[in-house]
Amino acid sequence: MGKFTEDDLKKELETKEYEYGFYTDIESDKFPIGLNEDVVIAISKKKNEPAWMTEWRLDAFRIWKEMTEPEWANVRYEKPSFQDISYYSAPIQKPKLNSLDEVDPELLKTFEKLGISIGEQKRLSNVAMDIVIDSVSVATTFKKTLNERGIIFCPISEAIQEHPELVKKYLGSIVPKTDNFYAALNSAVFSDGSFCYIPKGVTCPMELSTYFRINEGGTGQFERTLLIADEGSYVSYLEGCTAPARDENQLHAAVVELIALDDAEIKYSTVQNWFPGDKEGKGGVYNFVTKRGLCEKNAKISWTQVETGSAITWKYPSCILKGDNSVGEFYSIAVTNNFQQADTGTKMIHLGNNTKSTIISKGISAGHSHNSYRGLVQISPRANNARNFSQCDSLLMGDKCGAHTFPYIEVKNKSAQIEHEATTSKIGEDQLFYCNQRGINTEKAIALIVNGFGKEVLNKLPMEFAVEAQKLLEISLEGSVG
Amino acid sequence: MELKEKLVSSFLAFENKGNIDLDSTVHAIRLNAIHNFETAGFPTKKDEEWKYTSLNPLLKNDYSLFPNAEKSVGFKNVEAYLINDIESYTLIFVDGVFNSFLSETTHEDCDVCVLSSALARPKYKMVVDNYLNKIANKNNSLAELNTAFVKEGAFINIPKNTIVSKPIQIINFSTGSEKEVLLQPRNLVVVGENSHVQIIERHQNLSKNTTLTNSVTEIFVHKRAIVDYYKIQNDTNESSLIDSTFISQKQQSVATVNTFSFGGKITRNNLEFYHEGENITSNLNGISILNEKQHVDNHTLVDHKSPNCESHELYKGIYADKSVGVFNGKVIVRQAAQKTNAFQQNNSILIDDGATINSKPQLEIFADDVKCSHGCTIGQLDESALFYMQSRGIPVKEAKALLLYAFGNDVVEKIKIPQLKSLISKLIAKKLNVQLGFEL
Repeated sequence: MGKFTEDDLKKELETKEYEYGFYTDIESDKFPIGLNEDVVIAISKKKNEPAWMTEWRLDAFRIWKEMTEPEWANVRYEKPSFQDISYYSAPIQKPKLNSLDEVDPELLKTFEKLGISIGEQKRLSNVAMDIVIDSVSVATTFKKTLNERGIIFCPISEAIQEHPELVKKYLGSIVPKTDNFYAALNSAVFSDGSFCYIPKGVTCPMELSTYFRINEGGTGQFERTLLIADEGSYVSYLEGCTAPARDENQLHAAVVELIALDDAEIKYSTVQNWFPGDKEGKGGVYNFVTKRGLCEKNAKISWTQVETGSAITWKYPSCILKGDNSVGEFYSIAVTNNFQQADTGTKMIHLGNNTKSTIISKGISAGHSHNSYRGLVQISPRANNARNFSQCDSLLMGDKCGAHTFPYIEVKNKSAQIEHEATTSKIGEDQLFYCNQRGINTEKAIALIVNGFGKEVLNKLPMEFAVEAQKLLEISLEGSVG
Repeated sequence: MELKEKLVSSFLAFENKGNIDLDSTVHAIRLNAIHNFETAGFPTKKDEEWKYTSLNPLLKNDYSLFPNAEKSVGFKNVEAYLINDIESYTLIFVDGVFNSFLSETTHEDCDVCVLSSALARPKYKMVVDNYLNKIANKNNSLAELNTAFVKEGAFINIPKNTIVSKPIQIINFSTGSEKEVLLQPRNLVVVGENSHVQIIERHQNLSKNTTLTNSVTEIFVHKRAIVDYYKIQNDTNESSLIDSTFISQKQQSVATVNTFSFGGKITRNNLEFYHEGENITSNLNGISILNEKQHVDNHTLVDHKSPNCESHELYKGIYADKSVGVFNGKVIVRQAAQKTNAFQQNNSILIDDGATINSKPQLEIFADDVKCSHGCTIGQLDESALFYMQSRGIPVKEAKALLLYAFGNDVVEKIKIPQLKSLISKLIAKKLNVQLGFEL
């Protein structure tokens, strides 16, 4: 039997470079660094936005200027200097693309390296993709099929031009400009993102998907996603990310807004694997994301996330359960390694009667990383018969990492039923021994045990992602045991 | 004048007036503390640790800081608040002043006396130098405020290998001799190796006037010592209490703090355990039964610094009317603290729609070979149990009270002094406003 000891494993994992760390050489159209009103106006102009949109951005910028960066999160990092970032970068684009052949071959290669060749995706997985490379969508597929059902799935910049009434009505309605520092910044300078509208009673026939990537060194990416599921509709949306290795820290401040009208259901899945920094903790992406969904009557929003990347993660996908009988769900696996820091969790705001929410959060920390769960369950005085179940489990690998839980439970209604439980443990030596004894080497055994630990969440992922996510867990784990 | 300014400006007067010796150590401690308090000020709701409790309603009063001569209080007035059917040492303070007539102190096997005399007597200089203000949290501005005015309170010094034969009762009365009064008792408890002591602490307002008590207790538990500490909080609705208790434990010691909160306008309990050795056990139990507009905030911290220690935390709450309950339990397991077992549980029942519970069970873990868990539930009485009891002829009111009583019983059962247990049971029955129909 191969003598693969824990030390070997540790060594291997430490030396394992970020697999997706490469840099595509595409000529970029890039703004000079810095941020002021002129830059905001320039971004808006660049996108041919109508005057109301420009005004909206400027308004957000003015609000942002007055705000200070939040410091309450359990993460330590050097604050990015917002004047040293270029706020717009788009690949030099050929005129409108109709087929894949027109896409820059360099770009196609990038996708291939990521294992998500568009052609293959198209044929095999029945996934329509709105691919974002550095802020601008360059390829949109399956548009026709979606069009037939009245589903609008396009870059948000296009939606601003073609569906201003929807954008005007919903943009910023869930995450207002004033919400927080990064949301305000995003509102001012967001470059692109996805827009999706599912009409009444339509079940979206395929999983909608985008890949966000940060490509150009030194550019922050500020996407804006707006997803509206009209009455009785259903949509499952996937979002996945990888980013090239960079030395300087990259800022990422996205905003995602979901609106589930009466009886609608939205399933939003994320696999996040941005560059986490090298093993000294140098580099890596700063990921400050605001994600929030609103549920009307009988609606359901389900967030599923697998977080393995980013140097700093600051992310709380939330549900506002406004309508009666609405349901919010949050399933999360967060893996941190080396010097990564994650402060992630959810907010479940119960406003309607008979609202239900479920929170399953699995944190795995290894190396010198810190992984925090921060969640809020709030039952307002008028929310009768609200129900919440929360479970947050942490797995620690090695004695240099930390796992933290900060649950906030605020109940103002007597009929509420809340259960919260949290545990912290390590991989049991007996579990490992058992696997070894059955001929499974330690590395595989750890992957097996971790996959089992995260099963409840992995199960919630759509098929296409589940495989990728399991692979990611294996890659990003350092199994220093004991 | 704002309360903060008033306190700071009266500091000099306090130090000068002091009829106690201006011992240089104590003076330095006070001076440092008043500076810290002046810089930090009173905590606000923006402070993460005070997110759910606002002190504003308390700070607007014009407190008298040094209540004038004690109003005469006889045994008759205070009898009801003492546990009389057991032998005990008693330390009774009336408006912050020690009442020797009502108290029973000792210097025989151990020292059960008052802090002011310990500060004044050279005999205790070592103890004071070694322990006073050594573990009080310097980031807690209210504890610093107390330290700045440190003068009077209980001083309990148990030497090695001593089992204190009787429980010690520490009771702080306020008589309402002034309209609004601020009291700042300070207790110092040192328990030597292999010793055992039981302490009961209570704050009671005898009038309808406003009282704010900012109390600090430091407890040092040496090797293999056992400390049982009980806090009874059943004050009037005009009284508020900010209680900070800091406990430092040496190896193999066992410290238990039981908090019973049934009254008071705003009650804030800061309870902090620091482990300084292996195989330590810390127990934190609490029950809060509130109604009207009462507000209780239980803020606990267990800091596991060494391996093989345990902590068990159980807090129960029953909230009626417009009462507010806050639970913030923090457990820190440091990197060195391998093989730690830390358990934390918080169960609450809301009786009325106006009531609120804010719960924040928090774990911060830096060691991997540990077993840590926390659980938190908020719910109602079991409908089927209620129905069953009614079907057996128990009226709904009694049935509910029985179930609530049973809910809190886990904590009551942990009381080791029978007379105290029966007192707490009676207080619970009274608070639930029901005759349970059986002798407690």
